[in-house]
Amino acid sequence: MTTTETGITAAADTVGADGPVLEVTDLHVTFPGEPDDVRAVRGVSYQLRKGEVLGIVGESGSGKSVTSLAVMGLLPEGAEVTGSVRLHGEELLGRSDEQLAKVRGKRIAMVFQDPLQALTPVYTVGDQIAEAVLIHSRRTKAQAWARAVELLKLVGIPNAEQRAKAFPHEFSGGMRQRVMIAMAIANDPDVIICDEPTTALDVTIQAQVLEVLKAAQRETGAAIVMITHDLGVIAGFVDRVLVMYAGRPVETGAVDDIYYRGRMPYTMGLLGSVPRLDLGERAPLVPIEGNPPSLTRLPPGCPFQPRCPLAIDACGEREPELVAVPGSDHQAACIRAGEIEANNWGVTDIYPVPEIPEDTIAQVPRADRQVVLDIEGLIKHHPLTKGVVFRRRVGTVYAVDGIDLEIREGETLGLVGESGCGKTTTLMEILELRRPARGRVVVLGRSTDRIGAGERMRVRRDLSVVFQDPMASLDPRMTAYDIIAEPLLAHNHPKDRLRSRVMELLDLVGLSAEYAGRYPQEFSGGQRQRIGIARALALEPKLVVLDEPVSALDVSIQAGIINLLEDLKARLRLSYLFVAHDLSVVRHIADRVAVMYLGKIVEQGEVDRVYGAPAHPYTQALLSAIPIPDPEKERGRSRILLSGDLPSPANPPSGCRFRTRCPKFLTLSEDERTACIDTEPPLRGIGDTDHGAACHYAEEREVV
Amino acid sequence: MTQQAELLVDDQEKGPESEFETPGRWRTVWRQLLKSRQAMIGLAVLAVLFLMAYIGPLISPWEFGEPDFTAFYQPPSPEHWWGTTQTGQDIFTSTMVGLQKSLIIGLLVAVVSTTVAAVVGAFAGYLLGLTDKALMWVTDLLLVLPTFVILSILAPRLDSGSWLIFVVLLSAFLWMVTAKMVRGMAISLKEREYVLAARYMGLPAWKIIFRHIIPNMSSLLIVDATINVVAAILAETSLSYFGFGIQPPDVSLGSLIAAGTRPAPTHPWTFWFAAVLLIVTVLAVNLVGDGLRDALDPRAKARRRKRRRPAPAAAAGPVRPAAGTGRVQGTSEKAAGKAP
Ligand code: SF4
Ligand code: SF4
Repeated sequence: MTTTETGITAAADTVGADGPVLEVTDLHVTFPGEPDDVRAVRGVSYQLRKGEVLGIVGESGSGKSVTSLAVMGLLPEGAEVTGSVRLHGEELLGRSDEQLAKVRGKRIAMVFQDPLQALTPVYTVGDQIAEAVLIHSRRTKAQAWARAVELLKLVGIPNAEQRAKAFPHEFSGGMRQRVMIAMAIANDPDVIICDEPTTALDVTIQAQVLEVLKAAQRETGAAIVMITHDLGVIAGFVDRVLVMYAGRPVETGAVDDIYYRGRMPYTMGLLGSVPRLDLGERAPLVPIEGNPPSLTRLPPGCPFQPRCPLAIDACGEREPELVAVPGSDHQAACIRAGEIEANNWGVTDIYPVPEIPEDTIAQVPRADRQVVLDIEGLIKHHPLTKGVVFRRRVGTVYAVDGIDLEIREGETLGLVGESGCGKTTTLMEILELRRPARGRVVVLGRSTDRIGAGERMRVRRDLSVVFQDPMASLDPRMTAYDIIAEPLLAHNHPKDRLRSRVMELLDLVGLSAEYAGRYPQEFSGGQRQRIGIARALALEPKLVVLDEPVSALDVSIQAGIINLLEDLKARLRLSYLFVAHDLSVVRHIADRVAVMYLGKIVEQGEVDRVYGAPAHPYTQALLSAIPIPDPEKERGRSRILLSGDLPSPANPPSGCRFRTRCPKFLTLSEDERTACIDTEPPLRGIGDTDHGAACHYAEEREVV
Repeated sequence: MTQQAELLVDDQEKGPESEFETPGRWRTVWRQLLKSRQAMIGLAVLAVLFLMAYIGPLISPWEFGEPDFTAFYQPPSPEHWWGTTQTGQDIFTSTMVGLQKSLIIGLLVAVVSTTVAAVVGAFAGYLLGLTDKALMWVTDLLLVLPTFVILSILAPRLDSGSWLIFVVLLSAFLWMVTAKMVRGMAISLKEREYVLAARYMGLPAWKIIFRHIIPNMSSLLIVDATINVVAAILAETSLSYFGFGIQPPDVSLGSLIAAGTRPAPTHPWTFWFAAVLLIVTVLAVNLVGDGLRDALDPRAKARRRKRRRPAPAAAAGPVRPAAGTGRVQGTSEKAAGKAP
């Protein structure tokens, strides 16, 4: 045990019934490399008691996943691991792979982010779970199979007997993650390590899976290590939190201590940079400047120093140790933690909050503003074909099935929905500027079904796009300069003013002009997204379509981009169509929001109204599924859980498309249900506002 | 995972080289090329070969085709630096003249066939539809024709001076497989967001193809061109060996090697000089190709850097092969089967 730990557990040395189940002490992981080694983990210590849930948070590259891989003994050969990992007092480090294999699965189990990698594609899931059962216990094959089915039932797989005979690829992402959990708890493990178990899933599915994890924990009494970057998930799920930065724990303590009484600037900044679903008023987010340091050549002092607003000279001398905050097991690694404590500083006290200029257009009443984008009854159906040689049409995918949208000048419309709801198709349909199969797309008064090539080119000037993945959307073979200059050249910008315009754009998005000659891969994710934004703004568009512009970025970087977008909108009088699956971000940035489900808009209106009092059962479920980074609020919330997965858009249910999963439908009487089954509910206004919901029995309800 | 790795690439590392400037694409590539040692060695060797090929015959005391009736099958000597043949011809002079032809044929064929492959494949893959059908029909047709037979029928009918037609013929039979690969890649590149971005900003298709699609396949194309140089020289060699290639009195390395194989066991100089020059040429071209590929691909630089210092994520996760390596392999396999 390190000296820094003595504060917490004096009695932990005795390995008794109440001793820690898992004890990690001073764990270091180094990947040898040329010319410098990568020091991925530098001194992690934690203890896990029976039934306890520990959350490990950090951004990408913080070493949080490497830590748990080291605990499981799953690191590739060549990684140097030192320190100690004890399970029930027994040392695991340095054991052979064979010995570890006995422990793995039986006493420690792991749930990965991508279950498809962890499941073998050629065996049925039942066989795989049964096998896991057989390896570690003496049972007959039939018993093992029965146990597998029982486990699948436990994790909420419908028709467990039949589904056990299915192969992994026949399951949806959420169902696969359930199978992984079933496999993890097959042998009543003492510890379950979950590495970003819900990151790849949609929110409603995430809520289901978290619920299953909780149930699994109740069932087995296992302790859980929850590794994630999502501060909302952590808030509602864990007892204690360990925050990692640059391979080191920088703060640890009870979840409430960390969230309400943070003592380390990094943690505080991280929490301040998350957009909140529950906060209506628009305060700019707190961006943490800069990027995490390289793990190869760390400076001697506090690794957070280059980004820390409180940094003083003394910070650079020596890396601060975790020091206990008096009177609790809360520890922070910051030499100014005492000061933060004494002055009771909050995040806005220590971080400079950027000023977002006043949006002048907001004073003009909405009805008087110009309509920038008008979509009426847009429909996009793809043919569903089968066969490679002889393609034949076997059906139709109703990707977008009649939607109306309207964006006015200076307005941000958030288009939200889970994957497969048709929001991306809608977007592409707008951007193509083709004549739609049915319906109308009107950009700045010009309808796409009636414009010629020259006119279309002019529309393209006014309409630009920022994509989700800043790496994929920038041509890797072009320099930043060429990338930003491309739209200018395409639209015959005067050559002599090209360079000055590009420099101006770089400056506009907060990049220094000296970066112009670099290639995209030499930038960090956030900087790349800034280049993407600069390119989108090159032709001074009126409407910018943003396709999940921040979802590929780390939280602390995300905040900077969101602030930038808000700032640009106010300064340049832009209108945004902001497509996202993250409803917290949308609440923060959008003025109006439209919720899509299976190719239809189910609810639309002012952001505050829709979030404050959603009327459609789907919106209610969606909003209630999103975890809020506020432990106290999280504990007080109840989730509306949706059953099952999204139906296939090739075969949507009759009547109301949501009825197969609608929680309200279940509470209706037989008579009332016929309306849901037979007639498709139109988008109807609620009261005299333009807040509308497509439900026969719409009823406002507070869920956040 | 990649993002994780990239975050580790810190800013200081790039140093002062990236000062306030915005060099054009080709200048950057050229500068990268200058930095690559192997490319420079390859270029130097090629330059020397060219110099030799063109200056050699001038400084040699013997004219090309001029027989020395006093020396048949003489080993290298001060008079005949590389010895003589059965008919008393000076091997040094004829090898140099042969080298001229082989170098020109190899490089020209490579450039022509790779360009055709890139353009045909990229247009077919990007535009799809009717263009694709038509282009692929021609490609498939040429692919099924028995190349070697056609070449051996046509070649002897060509006049001795018309080696340019020979170049066209060789190129015409080398581009199809690459074109098909290029088409496949173009189809997948078409879906990339940067291509979409270019489309949505209103760039016409041909510009997108030349600015985004083809440059992003340059690794494949460079490798392909390198292999084509070799394939062309070898094809010419084997055709000449069977007497169908370069027709006398013209010579090439191939026809010289062919002529030298029979006396080689007893009079090795008739064979070895041409053979060694062939190997040196092929190696030099490969070096230049490797260097060019790295210079054209800014990712190669980052890749090398990453390989030196593996990021934890990259090391921990399932290791994905670096982009490009797979392709390179594919290309060489293909080339092996393709040389006529
Ligand atoms: S030690 Fe210094 S640099 Fe590090 S977090 Fe504390 S104040 Fe900031
Ligand atoms: S119309 Fe019926 S099924 Fe559809 S959302 Fe409303 S209550 Fe649910």
